[in-house]
Amino acid sequence: MSSSRGRFGIHGGQYIPETLMNAVIELEAAYNRYKDDPDFNRELNALLNDYAGRPSRLYYAEKMTRDLGGAKIYLKREDLNHTGAHKINNVLGQALLAKRMGKTRLIAETGAGQHGVATATAAALMGMECVVFMGEEDTKRQALNVYRMKLLGSEVIPVKTGTATLKDAVSEAMREWTRRISDTHYCLGSVMGPHPFPTIVRDFQAVISREIKEQLFEKEGRLPDAVIACVGGGSNAIGSFYHFIGDESVALIGCEAAGRGIDTFETAATVNTGRLGIFHGMKSYFCQDEFGQIAPVYSISAGLDYPGIGPEHAHLHDIGRAQYVPITDDEAVEAFEYLAKTEGIIPAIESAHAVAYAKKIAPNMGKDKIIVVTLSGRGDKDCAAIARYRGEDINE
Amino acid sequence: MNRIRSAFENGKAFIPFITCGDPDLETTAKTVREAVKNGADLIELGIPFSDPTAEGPVIQGANIRALAGGVTTDKIFDLVRDLRADVKIPLVFMTYANVVFSYGSERFISTCREIGIDGLILPDLPFEERDEFLPTCRKYGIALIPLIAPTSENRIAMIAKEAEGFIYVVSSLGVTGMRSEIKTDIGAIVKVIRENTDIPCAVGFGISTPEQAAKMSALSDGAIVGSAIIKILEKYGKDAAPYVGEYVRSMKEAM
Repeated sequence: MSSSRGRFGIHGGQYIPETLMNAVIELEAAYNRYKDDPDFNRELNALLNDYAGRPSRLYYAEKMTRDLGGAKIYLKREDLNHTGAHKINNVLGQALLAKRMGKTRLIAETGAGQHGVATATAAALMGMECVVFMGEEDTKRQALNVYRMKLLGSEVIPVKTGTATLKDAVSEAMREWTRRISDTHYCLGSVMGPHPFPTIVRDFQAVISREIKEQLFEKEGRLPDAVIACVGGGSNAIGSFYHFIGDESVALIGCEAAGRGIDTFETAATVNTGRLGIFHGMKSYFCQDEFGQIAPVYSISAGLDYPGIGPEHAHLHDIGRAQYVPITDDEAVEAFEYLAKTEGIIPAIESAHAVAYAKKIAPNMGKDKIIVVTLSGRGDKDCAAIARYRGEDINE
Repeated sequence: MNRIRSAFENGKAFIPFITCGDPDLETTAKTVREAVKNGADLIELGIPFSDPTAEGPVIQGANIRALAGGVTTDKIFDLVRDLRADVKIPLVFMTYANVVFSYGSERFISTCREIGIDGLILPDLPFEERDEFLPTCRKYGIALIPLIAPTSENRIAMIAKEAEGFIYVVSSLGVTGMRSEIKTDIGAIVKVIRENTDIPCAVGFGISTPEQAAKMSALSDGAIVGSAIIKILEKYGKDAAPYVGEYVRSMKEAM
């Protein structure tokens, strides 16, 4: 008989060192105790509203809609949240939970730096110590965010192992957690890792789809036909999908980073190129070689540059409830520029993957159809890198 | 009976860990034979993994060197076939869950049986997930060796009761690597283990000196040493085998 916890179909579980087992069991118990606690939720909601700026806007992108000539496009503006991305939703929840558990120190991994900045922000606000692990390669791609984290009082540790990107930052944060558990909470930034993280992070991000549903009902009196979001680990996507999973008429579309293309080795499109495996605490799909060695993935987007995908997404893929499509660097950069020129909104390069897919499908849909695209973050952090991609060198 | 038990019948067991293919498989074969000659009672053979999350910098380095040298699971199976021509002591694999899972659990574990591997240590497979591989391990008579950590506390009895092969007692918090001092109360952990099973237990993580090996094995049934051996391999490369042999003898004599 299996005692495994936290399964989504065959995915999920808790594949972690014994040293961490009591820590995740304690975390699950604390989460179950507080998730429906009125005081906890009152405090969290006050922070989400007054500090982070929720609810985020659902904006009708009229010019983009007209330009594409098909489905009506709404943008869910997570980029307008404090710290500039959806990451703050999860971090405020986890930091409050960590405080209730008596923890005084937060550690986190970060790819693009948005989760690191959000964690550093919550730590500053709540008077906690904070250490962020970031791949050395990413500290170069996202130098501005490194500075922001330091400004907020966090220590940033560049990770030099492996490909020096997000997966290595996760590995190093896990190693640090096994070294120091009693006062430290690992504030994981996506719907991945061992149970209970995929569930906790999803629940804290589900506010996105709850708001989309209410806001669209107010504006249009109905459900959308499609919800599109980018997927690395998949936290903004699961947050955007969650309250629509039971509404079969709503197409749920996750956009994976194809890098230079899914027929090349320079890709991070897990569902499209990976296979079932066990890594970073979970069973899910991973980019790997025939002997199970994790592949050195690539994407222009540091936030999607990860060889795995959250277990709930893997399950939604298995049962056909969501589809996961690859978007290349070229397509994402083009969408990044397109949204800036068309709507005056500079999206994060991660979110630009979702915009790119909306651009592809909207013209082929009727004018009576509605697409919601989640803009998971804003693109200020990416301007220097995109300029470089276009052969322009600017001083940051 | 699984032959692992025999490793603990010659006084305290000394258990070296060697990453296969660091720097190449020929050196691994020579090093294993030297270790056997000099008193190793059981050897942990590491199958390298790209992202070894339970390892400190030293063993991470060995994993990277081995993979860069082109080692694969199949080549390591061939190494063991070759070793088994003359190596009679128990051999176990230490690797990560994905290496086994991705190869196909049945295919991997049945091959272990065929080539003479006695057990499997997977640091990212806790008690709750053991059913991923346990039924297949039992089918082929391969011991799935559990780990108990300083943070296991109320879990020790549960893990010990169902243990097979031997129990790997993790001496310290954190990842593998040498430590000047081991602060965990190993005696207290072993006491709970003893109350629940007569399976032997050996202590690993952070042991490098003969004094530490003597102290840790006095509290248990043996000592496991990884990083200190990898350091010797890192220093001497293809010429490391006799130096590892010498080190193994000094450790075994101290225990």
